[in-house]
Amino acid sequence: MPEMTVATPRVGVITFPGSLDDRDALRAVETMGGEGVALWHGEHDLRAVDAVVLPGGFSYGDYLRCGAIAGHAPILDEVRAFAERGGPVLGICNGFQILCEAGLLPGALIRNASLRFICRDVHLRVETSQTPVTSELVPGEVIEIPIKHGEGQYVATTEQLRRIDDEGLVVFRYADATGEVGEATNPNGSIDHIAGVRNEGGNVVGLMPHPEHAVDPDVGPTGGQPLFASLLASALAGASA
Amino acid sequence: MRFTFEVLVTLKPGLADPQGKAVEASLPALGFSNASDVHVGRHVRLDVEAAGHDEARTQVEEIARRLLSNPVIEDFRVLEGAEAAPVAGDA
Repeated sequence: MPEMTVATPRVGVITFPGSLDDRDALRAVETMGGEGVALWHGEHDLRAVDAVVLPGGFSYGDYLRCGAIAGHAPILDEVRAFAERGGPVLGICNGFQILCEAGLLPGALIRNASLRFICRDVHLRVETSQTPVTSELVPGEVIEIPIKHGEGQYVATTEQLRRIDDEGLVVFRYADATGEVGEATNPNGSIDHIAGVRNEGGNVVGLMPHPEHAVDPDVGPTGGQPLFASLLASALAGASA
Repeated sequence: MRFTFEVLVTLKPGLADPQGKAVEASLPALGFSNASDVHVGRHVRLDVEAAGHDEARTQVEEIARRLLSNPVIEDFRVLEGAEAAPVAGDA
């Protein structure tokens, strides 16, 4: 019998000045069986990866607004072109803020309603499986992963919210362990309890919580595993297409 | 020619302004229980070299629209000349 070679999806993680979670994101990719590829914000090169992750942190010191300056970094030209070709793009926390600032996702993130930086595990209800990070999940399913942010309150214009509703662009909502959504489980005041959204094509996703911190059972919840498993499967599908 | 501008960026009306709220909540302790509707924004002062005023102003408005403000959550206003804030080091 001929030996079967299974391709390993290559997932790029962009490091901006002030990124904090790039190493964890690379490690999560490797833990879940992918090949992590370090990318640099100042280059016009995605190194032919099959998926791109914009990690958390405080890019450019969060000066001006969170993600505002990174949203114009050289590599964002390549991310934009990659996204337009349908490539899977995931923005986590600061990465989500960057994608919003770059106009690749609708809405914006402002200071938490409590004004406090919040660091704790939360439950998220999956709202759609039509994205590269939820393809192996079922709508209504609940995952547990941590948040750690001071500026995670999701807002959007009335027109954007209408489109988000009409097109089903919400990917995750803050919920309790049973999937019940309400004020009590909304940590930051996000409108409609939104924790993550996608673009209309479905291939670009951003969320404030941190799946890359939730893949190792030794250090906490493992709700991030199905997100990275989905991302790797989507990356592989794109690579072989 | 060199033109001086100041861009004022403010949160859109109706949007929650937790910073403004926090400042407002601290004022009674200072004896100002009559202050309300407090909002916190950002100011950016810059000089622009251009052939004429209109060209400089147009460029500043583009800078304000594309980088200094986020149209989803913020409005901006452009001040210039004597209205623009002096900067440390200016005579």
